[in-house]
This record gives sequence, structure tokens and C-alpha cells, in this order.
Amino acid sequence: MDIQMKSVSHFYGSTEVLRDISIDIPTGKVVCLVGPSGCGKSTLLRFIGGLERPTQGEVLQLGEPPEGSLNPLTYVFQDFALLPWRSVRGNISLVLEDHGIRGEKANRIIQDVLARTKLSDFENALPKQLSGGMKQRVAIARALAVKPAVMLMDEPLSALDAQTRELLMDDLVALWTRQPFTAVYVTHNLAEAVRLGHKVVVLSRRPGRVREVVEIDTPLTERTTGDPELEKVQNKLWNLMRDEARAADEELVNV
Amino acid sequence: MSDATANAGVQRPVAYRGGGFAPSPRRWVGFVVFAVLVVLAEWGTRSGWISPLTLPKPSDVLDTFGDLYKSGLLFQHLVPSLSRLFMGALIGISLGVVIGILIGLFSYVRAGMVPVVAAIFPIPKIALLPLFVIWFGIGEGSKYALIAFGTFTPTVVATYGAVDNVDRTLIRMGQSFGLSWWSIVRKIVLPGAMPGILSGLRISLAIAIILLVAAEMLGAEFGIGAYILEAGSLYDLERLFAGVVILSVLGVFVSVAVGLVERRLLGWRT
Ligand SMILES: Nc1ncnc2c1ncn2[C@@H]1O[C@H](COP(=O)(O)OP(=O)(O)OP(=O)(O)O)[C@@H](O)[C@H]1O
Ligand SMILES: [Mg+2]
Repeated sequence: MDIQMKSVSHFYGSTEVLRDISIDIPTGKVVCLVGPSGCGKSTLLRFIGGLERPTQGEVLQLGEPPEGSLNPLTYVFQDFALLPWRSVRGNISLVLEDHGIRGEKANRIIQDVLARTKLSDFENALPKQLSGGMKQRVAIARALAVKPAVMLMDEPLSALDAQTRELLMDDLVALWTRQPFTAVYVTHNLAEAVRLGHKVVVLSRRPGRVREVVEIDTPLTERTTGDPELEKVQNKLWNLMRDEARAADEELVNV
Repeated sequence: MSDATANAGVQRPVAYRGGGFAPSPRRWVGFVVFAVLVVLAEWGTRSGWISPLTLPKPSDVLDTFGDLYKSGLLFQHLVPSLSRLFMGALIGISLGVVIGILIGLFSYVRAGMVPVVAAIFPIPKIALLPLFVIWFGIGEGSKYALIAFGTFTPTVVATYGAVDNVDRTLIRMGQSFGLSWWSIVRKIVLPGAMPGILSGLRISLAIAIILLVAAEMLGAEFGIGAYILEAGSLYDLERLFAGVVILSVLGVFVSVAVGLVERRLLGWRT
């Protein structure tokens, strides 16, 4: 199932947030959205997830979601959004219960996603007992449990320290390699974008427009830190972003 | 920093200024405070420093209590009071939680009910006792109604405040996973509001005990409140105090019970 955004524009009141955005999200690819703060990345993700409607334009779903997908468009939140009163298992079963999946069938799915995110030993832990990185892995496990066609990730690693972020990026690459998933990945961090993205969409400052789309052909597994090819892409992205970021920063003063 | 000799002789530990603001259990302190107060009263009344008209002797109060227990009257008073407390509080608190949640969830209910609740909150419920007697009769009905009415408003206010405070990102999460409205209310809103609801419960139950005495002012032969009121009208301070102590102990029990429920239900909090 592909996602296609067709000239999406959006206003909050009289503020123009997004202008004429068209992006294709092909099946099995990770599309990274980067752009200065406040340019409307989260808003765009909410449109794709159906949590909000754009003022103009449309978000299309091309083709049917794969057989057995319980929640085709699934979020991974920056602040994890785990229910603190439910254990790791409970947080995952939460999203299965509403689809009538209980008992042995639910158990099988839970065991599977916990194994894939290396959390099997923490099944009964409460969120307060977990580190930030583990919490985000639980959130990823929860997302995997509903067999999403497209994962919508809004700065999923921003709340974590640099080392944990590296480890989780490796985990994401491993997950993707085992079973390619489609994802829209919003981030501020260009290193994350060149590590995980097959396609990086650079947005301009508000009102957000597509400034440039950069394709990265190196397979995910072969991307290493210090790869000159990737460094070059990252530099290019940074040059694109720098002026926007600076301008955006100065604009806030005039608001 | 680099020139260590220049700073020689001014070595001292950094002044500690952290700590505090983190209550931790100190079980015995409560008992000690109680004991000191009682011993002080006993010593004062015995030595004549406190006149018997001001305060009864704690030991006399204890004797009165012993008599009450031996004659079997204690339970004759306690049982109807407890059942009034239980029924009244049950009705008031369940209605209050339901209305509070509806206010928290629906804008129209909020717009309609919040002013109503604000209007009935400050009414001294005792003043309405005659009205309740007319509506619900002189029997148990009016007593339940008074306690229910008194616990209802604080419960509503605590509950909708608690619902308002439920983390919105958790609700968005529920929606993004396609959870039904009812599932979101049951599995996200309610548990998320539980801490606030339970702290409201503490206040409501204390109010219920206060209103118990008022409820038993009219047409109650038995009950702790009736017992206190009778002793009061006769200026029988020993019996008055025995009754008051029973209410205090009841209050402590209720508080401990709510504490246990909190520990059971809110163990997930850090
Ligand atoms: N519900 C809303 N009502 C009004 N304005 C909003 C709303 N949500 C976002 N905005 C505004 O829209 C703009 C884009 O917000 P958005 O959160 O999408 O930006 P972002 O690119 O995700 O920023 P960040 O990188 O800081 O997360 C911001 O200026 C923000 O203030
Ligand atoms: Mg954002």
C-alpha cells in the first residue's frame, strides 16, 4: 500500500502552515521528513494518520493494506505514549483487544513482537521500571503488533540519549531488513535521516514547502558512520537546512 | 583551579542544601502525638489545672466507652450509623463519579452541569434536612439522601478535574490505534483519572462522617450521631467525647482504607 499526498495545504486560523505539499511514500521504503522547527512536520504526519484533515489537497491510500493488517496507519510517538498502569504485555494487548484478539492468539503475537524488539524478559515490567530506550522499543513492539502497512514515526528517538539512539537505529535497521516496512520518519537529526531514509524530504520553514527530495541508494545495512558517501549527503542536507533554520529562528522573534 | 597552592587552607565540604519535599512513612510519630495529647489532658484534669467542666478526664471517657461496649449499646449505635454512612456515601460517590466523568467527556454536559454543581456546593446540606425529611420521609431515606448529597458535589469536582488532567497524548495514541470510544474511556480515561478520583474520595468520605451526625439529628433512636447529640443536650461530656472519639477512629479507618486502595490501584505511579 502506497501513500500519496496531493498538493496538501493547511491553515491554522490565518496562519499558513503547509503549502502545496506532494510526496509519494512507496511501499517498503522509509521516507524521512526533515525541516526547521514549526514547519509543519508533525501536522503532515497527523494528516497521513487521519488524526486531522488538511484545508486543501488530499492524502490518498493507493491499493489495499496487506492481508491481516489490523491498523494500517500506525504511530510511534516521540514521548512513547505507554499507559503507565499497564505492563509491557498489557500495553501491547491493549491494541489487540479492540480487534477481538485475545488469549492464545494474542499471546502468540505478543511473544513474537517482544522477541523482535528484544524485550522478551521484560514482559511483566511496568513502564516506570524501564529505561527510555526500552520504553521506545515497547512502543515499537506495540506498533508492530497491529501489522501496520505504514509506520508513522514522529521524532521517535529525540527523547533518548545519543548512545541509546545509535542502538535503536541499529535495531530499526535490523527490523527493516528482516521484514521491510513502510515508514514516514520525522526527525530533526540529519544523521538519523541519512541512516534510515531511502528518501529524505527537506521542508522549508513555515509555510512548509518541499524544498528538495534526496534519494539515498545505499542499502540500509551497508550504511556505516563515517561513510564518505553518506557524509556528503548529510552535508548537502545541512546546507539546505541551515538557511531555513536560521531564518525560522529569526522569524520567531517577530511573531 | 590549576594553581592549587593559591587556594590552600580554604578546603571545606560543599554545603548541603538538597533533600526534603519528599514525605516518607514515619509510622510512630502519629501515635506519639496522640499519646502526648491524651497524657497531657489526663494529667491536666487530674491535677485540676484543667477544670472538669472544660474537658472530661480521658480515663473517664475510656470508662464510658467500656460501659458502652459491655452493655452492647456500642454496636446498636454503630451498625445503623455504618449502614447509613455506607449507603449514603455509595449513592453520592457513584453518582458523583458518573456525572464527573460525563462533565469531563462532553462539552454540553460540562456547560450545563458545572454551574449547577457550583451552585449546590456551598449550600450547607444540614439546612436542607427538613426538605429531605419531606421528600424522603423521616426514616432512613432522608439520612441516605443527606449524606449522598453532601458527598456528591466534592466527588463531581474532583472527578472532572481528574478527567481533565488525563494525558491527552495517551488518548491520541488510543485513537491512532483505532480503539473504540468506549475502550478509550474505559482503558485510558478512567485509569488515568483514578489518582484524582481517589484523592477526592478521601475528602468526600470525611464529609460523609461529618454529615452523619447531622443526618441523625432527626428521628434517629440509634446511631453514633444520635448518641452524641443526646449526650450534648445533657452536657454529659464523657459520653459526648466517647462518641466523638468513635467518629475520629472511623475517620482514621476510612483514611487507612483509602490508602490501601490507592496502594493497590496506583502502584504504577512513580
Ligand atoms: N492545533 C494547532 N492549532 C494551531 N496551531 C498549530 C496547531 N498545531 C500546530 N500548530 C502550529 O503549526 C505549526 C506547525 O506545527 P508542527 O507541530 O506541525 O511543526 P513541526 O514541524 O512538527 O515542529 P517541531 O519540529 O517543533 O516538532 C507551528 O507553528 C505550530 O505552532
Ligand atoms: Mg513536531
